[in-house]
Amino acid sequence: MKILSAFAFGLIFGLGIAVSGMIDPAKVLNFFDFAGMWDPSLAFVMGGALVVTAIGYRFVLKAPHPALASSFSIPTRRDIDLRLVGGAATFGIGWGLSGFCPGGVVPALGLGRAEPWAFVAAVVAGMLVANFVESWRMRSAHPA
Amino acid sequence: MTEFTPFLSALGGALIGLSAVLLMAVHGRIAGVTGILGGLLPPKIAGDWAWRAAFLAGMICGPLGYALITGGMPRIDVPVSVPMFLIGGFIVGIGVSYGSGCTSGHGVCGMARVSPRSIVATLTFMATTTVTVFLVRHVFGL
Repeated sequence: MKILSAFAFGLIFGLGIAVSGMIDPAKVLNFFDFAGMWDPSLAFVMGGALVVTAIGYRFVLKAPHPALASSFSIPTRRDIDLRLVGGAATFGIGWGLSGFCPGGVVPALGLGRAEPWAFVAAVVAGMLVANFVESWRMRSAHPA
Repeated sequence: MTEFTPFLSALGGALIGLSAVLLMAVHGRIAGVTGILGGLLPPKIAGDWAWRAAFLAGMICGPLGYALITGGMPRIDVPVSVPMFLIGGFIVGIGVSYGSGCTSGHGVCGMARVSPRSIVATLTFMATTTVTVFLVRHVFGL
């Protein structure tokens, strides 16, 4: 049931990415190109997603626990640190170079083209490098 | 040129929101693609990898669902060179790891919760994406 529902929710997400046009790097890049061929569509994607999520969360989070889990897993940190800002800034540079973000490219894998798979491989490589650098730094800062 | 599609984009956005609300209601999870994917990667493979893999598999089937409804796959165009595109992907991977999220986790789920971290992250990456696109297209003319 957990697997099936997760698949169904992923399918709705992927359908949304496809319908909205966020699956298309050309459309995404044009949203950020205010000085050129500006396409404001992405603002409507973000707007539609935000309105539904903000209203939906208000109702959903009143429940004592999720339908198929014992508790809600929600980030509790509120501090703004350099990692967050630096990481987000770095992500934006990569997004601006490529036009793909993780949520946009995963559904694009289903198009049967090579570029999205190559892009996901590059993203995973970046994530692995960051993970291993961080676990190595943690170990050298706190030797067992 | 890409066509301005306010209605379809808002509809697609609403579907993304619906997915986020359902994932929270049923699994108690944030629909952040970085976080969901990150739990499948070493050295921190999560014990709950199965729902993560199922969610990503569902996402991959999104275009197929689109084709069943409309009769054709969504069209995409990758308007950048292969090296730029791969370097961009690597930079995205580094950035979302340190920034703890991307457009879905911070931009949709976090903003909807009015999380200060997500608001700062979203404003930051929107700004650097805009500057990057400007530099690439209008300064370096790539």
